[in-house]
Amino acid sequence: MAHDHAHNAPPSETAMRVKALETLLTEKGLLDPAAIDTLVETYETKIGPRNGAKVVARAWTDPDYKQRLLEDGSAAIAELGFSGVQGEDMIVVENTDDVHNMVTCTLCSCYPWPTLGLPPIWFKSAPYRARSVIDPRGVLEEFGVALSDDIEVRVWDSSAELRYLVLPQRPAGTEGLSEDELAALVTRDSMIGTALVEAPAS
Amino acid sequence: MNGIHDMGGMQCMGPIIREENEPQFHEEWEGRVFGMFFTNFAEGHFNVDMFRHAIERMGPAEYLETSYYEHWLHVYETVLVERGILTQAEIDAKIESLRQAGES
Repeated sequence: MAHDHAHNAPPSETAMRVKALETLLTEKGLLDPAAIDTLVETYETKIGPRNGAKVVARAWTDPDYKQRLLEDGSAAIAELGFSGVQGEDMIVVENTDDVHNMVTCTLCSCYPWPTLGLPPIWFKSAPYRARSVIDPRGVLEEFGVALSDDIEVRVWDSSAELRYLVLPQRPAGTEGLSEDELAALVTRDSMIGTALVEAPAS
Repeated sequence: MNGIHDMGGMQCMGPIIREENEPQFHEEWEGRVFGMFFTNFAEGHFNVDMFRHAIERMGPAEYLETSYYEHWLHVYETVLVERGILTQAEIDAKIESLRQAGES
């Protein structure tokens, strides 16, 4: 590399570096700091796993939608308005009584931003990226998901071009719930495949 | 491209540490890097392949020692310099002037 970062320096050094880039680019008219503020706020408050939960709840309540979702994830998710950067090409994989799906990105931290928001630290961490493909059942157990041996575990390794969303199983005893009530049950981790959706406490 | 980033199946990476109610950004600068990169990306100044290429050229020790958004910062700076949008001298001079302004 042509440049040499001081990587073990205190955070203020990194912050200074970032500030320098932002200042220079703003001075050159290549960046509008207000636009950055808006973008940060959008990802902090508006784009997150509640979007994906709506997709899941719709699939649970509308069989035609579910079929479209499994056939062409990108298009079906776009119907609900959750498209955009890092979600252009989506595949939705369905958990069943026989198959459990789990998503990773061994090369980086590719993740479906429009439906799940930005990835959590553990998803980006070296231990998860390394172990998810060599010991998925062990990882799932650590996350509190105990699967019987006869359930097949499929691990999907995301790429810069293609992202996955897990369609978790609808828990038993939720027949009377509305789509919104169902969406409220769906967690981020259940759509990554490192959790199951729990029935509401009765 | 082979490299440290290709982590699938590596052993002895330690436990997976999870954080409850994790914020989207842990430090303000993380949000700024994310926002700057995203904006330039969306405007077509560079693409995902350039991002990947820059990250995969990071040295293994550096890659392992730095956080996710430090990787982004590294890539962002690399791409800006390689594309001739900024020079390294310009960046270094700006950091120095910010530092002096902070000290005074």
